Amino acid sequence: MFEQFLWVIFPYLCIAIFIVGHIWRYRIDQFGWTAKSSEFIEKKQLMIGSIMFHFAVIPVFFGHIVGLFIPAHWLNAIGVTNHIYHLGAVYVGGFFGIVMLIGMFLLTFRRITNKSILRLSSVSDMIVNFLLLFITFIGVYATLVTNNIVTDFDYRQTISVWVRGLATFSPDAAVMQDVPLTFKIHVLSAFLIFALWPATRLVHAWSLPFNYVGRSYVVYRKHK
Amino acid sequence: MKIKAQIAMVMNLDKCIGCHTCSVTCKSTWTNRPGAEYMWFNNVETKPGIGYPKRWEDQEHYKGGWKLKNGRLELKSGTKLSKIALGKIFYNPDMPEMKEYYEPWTYNYQDLITKEESEHSPVATAHSVVSGEKMDLEWGPNWEDDLAGGHITGPQDPNIQKIEEEIKFNFEKTFMMYLPRLCEHCLNPSCVASCPSGAMYKRDEDGIVLVDQEACRGWRYCMTGCPYKKVYFNWKTNKAEKCTFCFPRVEAGLPTVCSETCTGRMRYLGVLLYDADRVLEAASVEDEKDLYEAQLDLFLDPNDPEVIAQAEKDGISDDWIEAAQNSPVYKLAVEYKLAFPLHPEYRTMPMVWYCPPLSPIMNYFEGKDSIKNPDAIFPAIDEMRIPVQYLANMLTAGDTEAIKGALQKMAMMRQYMRAISSGKDFDESRLDRVGMTANETKMMYRLLAIAKYEDRFVIPTSHREQYTDPYRAQGSTGYGFGGDDCDGCGPVMAATTNNKTGKEIYEENFYGGIWRD
Repeated sequence: MFEQFLWVIFPYLCIAIFIVGHIWRYRIDQFGWTAKSSEFIEKKQLMIGSIMFHFAVIPVFFGHIVGLFIPAHWLNAIGVTNHIYHLGAVYVGGFFGIVMLIGMFLLTFRRITNKSILRLSSVSDMIVNFLLLFITFIGVYATLVTNNIVTDFDYRQTISVWVRGLATFSPDAAVMQDVPLTFKIHVLSAFLIFALWPATRLVHAWSLPFNYVGRSYVVYRKHK
Repeated sequence: MKIKAQIAMVMNLDKCIGCHTCSVTCKSTWTNRPGAEYMWFNNVETKPGIGYPKRWEDQEHYKGGWKLKNGRLELKSGTKLSKIALGKIFYNPDMPEMKEYYEPWTYNYQDLITKEESEHSPVATAHSVVSGEKMDLEWGPNWEDDLAGGHITGPQDPNIQKIEEEIKFNFEKTFMMYLPRLCEHCLNPSCVASCPSGAMYKRDEDGIVLVDQEACRGWRYCMTGCPYKKVYFNWKTNKAEKCTFCFPRVEAGLPTVCSETCTGRMRYLGVLLYDADRVLEAASVEDEKDLYEAQLDLFLDPNDPEVIAQAEKDGISDDWIEAAQNSPVYKLAVEYKLAFPLHPEYRTMPMVWYCPPLSPIMNYFEGKDSIKNPDAIFPAIDEMRIPVQYLANMLTAGDTEAIKGALQKMAMMRQYMRAISSGKDFDESRLDRVGMTANETKMMYRLLAIAKYEDRFVIPTSHREQYTDPYRAQGSTGYGFGGDDCDGCGPVMAATTNNKTGKEIYEENFYGGIWRD
């Protein structure tokens, strides 16, 4: 029963909060929707931390998409064997994971040691910050350490199958039974941050201004 | 040709006494809030000096405004693509930091009354509003007022550094002037162009540049984009804010707060009609020194029948055209050519213009040791305490001729009016040499010296009635607190009684057009 809660109810609950929360926040809180940058207060430390974190989080995101949503035999079919896949996941994924971890660590360090930044940090900023640091750490640990200890474990045959089950509304908690603890913690904490997402500064991720590139420079508005 | 109208401003620096009333009234109206303490939508700088933020005129550092790249305008801080793709969105290398403005502080006044008895009387010390820590005040708003520390900051003024000859900052040789600054509400605003969210916009009907607080996502490129450093970042709300040109007042036909409260009455507000189709072309002229003329060329003669016909076709109402015809800004900038844009070389086509100040030269002509030769006025301008080149570096991208022309006109006007009021002879043909007639000179004198409120501020009201429902809007705050603060609530009255909503009061009191007591 508890397994059902952890691997079926909890993830769906988080996704529901994620979706409904975003719609609700977007409708009632446009004024609060911002990147919440503290670059204006402190610039030097932010530069290294922010660039490392943000640049790494993009390949890490796509890495997760490939690992979780593309079945292993599909990749095999286009010539990406298990061996090649694992080289990529461990070395490339591990590299960006470490970069992201260092970036996150620097940002956290800045947040708690700079008095002005600390005072400007809301409770949600702190939770997001430490949660992200934790998720990144445990993710890197699982990739680089757990994978080497529990050599017969393949997340593409367990976690990925479970995630795709969630996505297709046929969740199966049983496949998560024998997953190593570090992976389990990584997955659950990640779902937790999805649930917190709409209530935090993370919403700025959806405001990446791609349409700026095609826009005319000067914007006119009539009667506003 | 596409004609648009803009409410523009001219400041006659000759009359600015640096009293900061504009800054203070603006601040108490607009930026007296948490997160906005450091913002001065209007501030008055003593020049020469480095200003606010420090050395804001140094665009090699701040990367504000536009540059010409292969004949095309490009933001100095980089292309649109570079902002999105090259990671500048994660860290903006060109963004100013708070310390370049100043760190806002307050004093622990409570210590004065709550401290325990001790040998020395308690002192309220400065504490940062941001970090809460005690701080040593080393820089603040208007730190260089009246050349305080001018021998240190003066030589760092970018306008001074562009002058090749050596400028003396010792007491006997020094000079100063005041420069009140606010958002320029540019025709080619680089802040608007920098905003990736499309939250900044120029109002089609009056040219006022605003930030949509709901659409702003806090990417902060506008701060970099504005070369005048007049878009600010509210560090509490994490959104951009800027001078609103007091649009609620302007819409009602009232001058901005800074203009209204100017003790020297040196601000003028009026309508300019311009050709919106040619703005980009004018901002892209090759030589920086041609930018002033190019912008001047955009302004259309509001008395020209063709212009009037086109303006009507482009939806500009009769009262706006009439206001343009009576515009003091048009007179000062276009007819008399006394006013100039601030730093036209930024290619933003600013719309707050300045009449350069005459500095002590008049004793050449008046008083005990005056030179009797009236024509000495022309060489005398070059001998002015404020170097003409300095003014030109600020107002015409270095072109001294236009500045000299304006200063000569002003000096000639003073001589002429002094001759009239002191009953002396004046050879009116001398006015020709500055391209003026006697009548024109008198009109110019009236506008510069004794113009009344309605002459200085010619502001047509907005035509909200054409696109809003004023009947429903009456009594509302206009800010839309909570979304529906006023649902056809009617006139504001006794809202405090019984906690009734405006709508309820309306329904009780106003029935079928007849008031009930």
